[in-house]
Amino acid sequence: MTYIPHSPNERDEMLKTIGVKSLDDLFDAVPKKYRFPKLDLPAALTEMEAADLLDELAGANESTHQLVSFLGAGMYNHYIPSVVDHILRRGEFYTAYTPYQPEISQGTLQAIFEYQSLMTALTGMELSNASHYDGATATAEAVNMAFANFRGKRRKIVLSPAVNPQYRETIRTYTQGMELSVAGDDANADLLAGPEALLPLVDRDTALLIVQYPDFFGRVFDYTKVIEAAHAQGALVCIAANPTALALYKTPGEMGADIVVGEGQPLGLPLWFGGPSLGFFTTLKKYVHKMAGRLVGETVDSNGEKAYVLTLTAREQHIKREKATSNICSNQGLLALGSAVYLSVVGKTGLRQVANLCYQKAHYAAAELSRIPGMGLCFSQPFFHEFALCVGKPVEEVNAHLLEHGILGGYDLGKDYPSLNGYMLVAVTEMNSKEEIDMLVEVLKEAVHA
Amino acid sequence: MREPTIFELSSPGRTGVTFPVSDVPKFDLPDDALLRKELPIPELAEVDVVRHYTHLSHYNYSVDEGFYPLGSCTMKYNPKINEDTCRLPGFLFTHPLQPIETIQGNLALMFEMQEWLKEISGFAAVTLQPAAGAHGEFTGVLMMRAYHKARGDSKRIKMLIPDAAHGTNPASAGMLGMEVVTIPSDADGNVDLTALKAACDDRVVGMMLTNPNTLGLFDQHIVDVVKLVHDCGGLMYGDGANLNALLGIVRPGDLGFDVMHFNLHKTFAVPHGGGGPGSGPVGVSKRLADFLPAPLICIQEEADEENPPLYGYETPKQTIGRMKAFHGHFGAIVRSYTYIAMHGPDGLKAISQYAVLNANYLMARLKKYYRVPFDRICMHEFVMEGRFEGTDIRALDISKRLMDYKFHPPTNYFPLIVHEALMIEPTETENKQTLDSFTDALIAIAGEAQTNPDIIKTAPHTTPFGRMDEVKAARELVLCCWLPENLPD
Repeated sequence: MTYIPHSPNERDEMLKTIGVKSLDDLFDAVPKKYRFPKLDLPAALTEMEAADLLDELAGANESTHQLVSFLGAGMYNHYIPSVVDHILRRGEFYTAYTPYQPEISQGTLQAIFEYQSLMTALTGMELSNASHYDGATATAEAVNMAFANFRGKRRKIVLSPAVNPQYRETIRTYTQGMELSVAGDDANADLLAGPEALLPLVDRDTALLIVQYPDFFGRVFDYTKVIEAAHAQGALVCIAANPTALALYKTPGEMGADIVVGEGQPLGLPLWFGGPSLGFFTTLKKYVHKMAGRLVGETVDSNGEKAYVLTLTAREQHIKREKATSNICSNQGLLALGSAVYLSVVGKTGLRQVANLCYQKAHYAAAELSRIPGMGLCFSQPFFHEFALCVGKPVEEVNAHLLEHGILGGYDLGKDYPSLNGYMLVAVTEMNSKEEIDMLVEVLKEAVHA
Repeated sequence: MREPTIFELSSPGRTGVTFPVSDVPKFDLPDDALLRKELPIPELAEVDVVRHYTHLSHYNYSVDEGFYPLGSCTMKYNPKINEDTCRLPGFLFTHPLQPIETIQGNLALMFEMQEWLKEISGFAAVTLQPAAGAHGEFTGVLMMRAYHKARGDSKRIKMLIPDAAHGTNPASAGMLGMEVVTIPSDADGNVDLTALKAACDDRVVGMMLTNPNTLGLFDQHIVDVVKLVHDCGGLMYGDGANLNALLGIVRPGDLGFDVMHFNLHKTFAVPHGGGGPGSGPVGVSKRLADFLPAPLICIQEEADEENPPLYGYETPKQTIGRMKAFHGHFGAIVRSYTYIAMHGPDGLKAISQYAVLNANYLMARLKKYYRVPFDRICMHEFVMEGRFEGTDIRALDISKRLMDYKFHPPTNYFPLIVHEALMIEPTETENKQTLDSFTDALIAIAGEAQTNPDIIKTAPHTTPFGRMDEVKAARELVLCCWLPENLPD
């Protein structure tokens, strides 16, 4: 038996101590009619056979290591320094539980405390929690927090149509029992307009305005004035941010945001077919009691030594039950550690280099691609490492052609925005060489004129 | 003794991993007004980082180091092969939005995992999207609400939840504004049928039940409980946190449950990661299948003589929507897939048999020394009282003292219905010697309670850190550190 250490003798001694004759006798409380069903599952494999099977399944994929990727739209292909996974593979970290016993969990606790510190440094906010499941659920939790902040008296959120469509869908799922209306992200919204276009919707009934930075189309706006105007109506503002961009651009904290959330995957985490990744959540001190999720605080132990504990747990489900700020329990602890290791090992210099390389290469790609007759950029506003490109043909068709040449094309924006049929969202990172970008340009030329 | 923070270890100008110079012509950055001025991220060399995190790891207790009998957490051994399979490059470096033709391996694995979980649990359909147990609960409760709504039954707002339930159950119902009705336990640790009957009416959404419950007891009237809830038009939610007792023993779907979440990070050996990530797939009966979150993994084109099937996505007809971005915690799903493949039907049954054997063995040996409030055969865990007549020693003190004996303490003060609860779940992967040493330690502590109670009250004595000042942490709320030059004046 694979991981069960008992010898037959030991088993029998234990049964005797308990006072039953067989293992099956332990299950008398289970209704006899349903007891011991035959499970129709494949017979057990040895480790050697399982390794082969999994190898075969993984081998049936074409990964971004085999293809040249220009696909982003929420998850990005970045270089992960070797150190990150070496630390994550330490059993002391990955086989520990939530640090409820601080005397023997200071490793996890200090690492989370440092993660919280790094995220506040990056976003320019005052505090960070210990993580949410991903960028989408962190954004949905921002809605919960804002709703609770106004004790349910403000019943509207304004959601920019330029927020990641999967985040918007998740928010709609999360809020379906809340008697809350969502405005701003209808299919016919004017996508060329800047975020100011949302302001007429923000009123005295609005709990939260949500915008993305850079937005889903890669555009970078300074939200300072928009935030001021939303605050004038008494509403809170949440910015869903890309953490790589934050190494370069003005922080949401400087712009006056109340909540900054986002997907932490670009910070040293693998694409992993979409997860597990990392939802980060940062805010201001005045909202700390309304915030969901675990929080690590500094203290001292009985010897007066500086140490860390989970704090303000009275907000959480295991204490507050149905009155809790959220039902979250398991979070993304190990991924938060991964991102902290990434930020530590690339440091200030490395992180700036990554952001700058993304910017430079994306702008080179955009310049070259828009020179192709019939193609052009959808938007004229400044962008970071992603841009909407008109390819003048169904994107699916163009991507099929690219794939034949080993290129993973950009996201088909027509899937979410009817007005953007024929537009592709191209992402470029430090992983894309000039040669790869030039190849994309060449093959796209062929594709559109084929 | 204390390890400095990475901010304290930082030295201006020091670099770790750096990146190549740009190979494209230079483009000007936007105006300064749009750029940040400072980037207060620490500056360290690679070796500084490795040593820092290695030092921190030494302050953690873990399953790889020793026995971790946390009740309701299923801290079983996490097989190393799973850590390798989930990191195969074909899995690690695939983007969730790739065309389906390029990710057939991922989709085949997920499709088969849906099928396997259906077979193990007796449900009609399974979603792999939820990120954790609580996320799965929220998914389940949303589906229950949607089901009643679709039938035009809008007055159902009560969720029945036993007093022994995990806090996530009422919190999940609370997120949808439902009214939580607490159902007491009876003298044998079962759901009190009289109280349940009284609560069952046409305003009931359903009941959220953990079975075996958090006392580690299989409800002896489970068939009656399900019938009462169904008869008033309610749905049965099963909290799968304790599924490690049931593999090949009984299928919740066969018992009449309508919806249940799995905790892949408990039952199916995904490591707990110091708090996460988990993975919380949800199984449903036929009548809830149309409400599952989208997308599910399906066979888009059946296999023929020459080709394997083509896997793709489908959207259930009345879906509640999307619970998170993309397709769930794929990395966790690969680990559990490997684990199930290596167990097969007999191996899965053995997991539950030996988990239950270990728990009953511990209980049999300990009940002479500690009061066990419900003295009958338990399932994979049991609860005893951490207190001694004539002393002021509490469950917390016993927990701290266990650390001196090199064990992780059990879950304490839960379930709330037992005084000074110590909830012990050994799991199937612990051998008899470990269980005996743990028992011996608890018996020794029971002796110390009479002879030297102070040593328990002031424990732990041998850990890297002593007991914490939790009041100071909550009062001062120091939640982050910064580089010295960025410290507020």
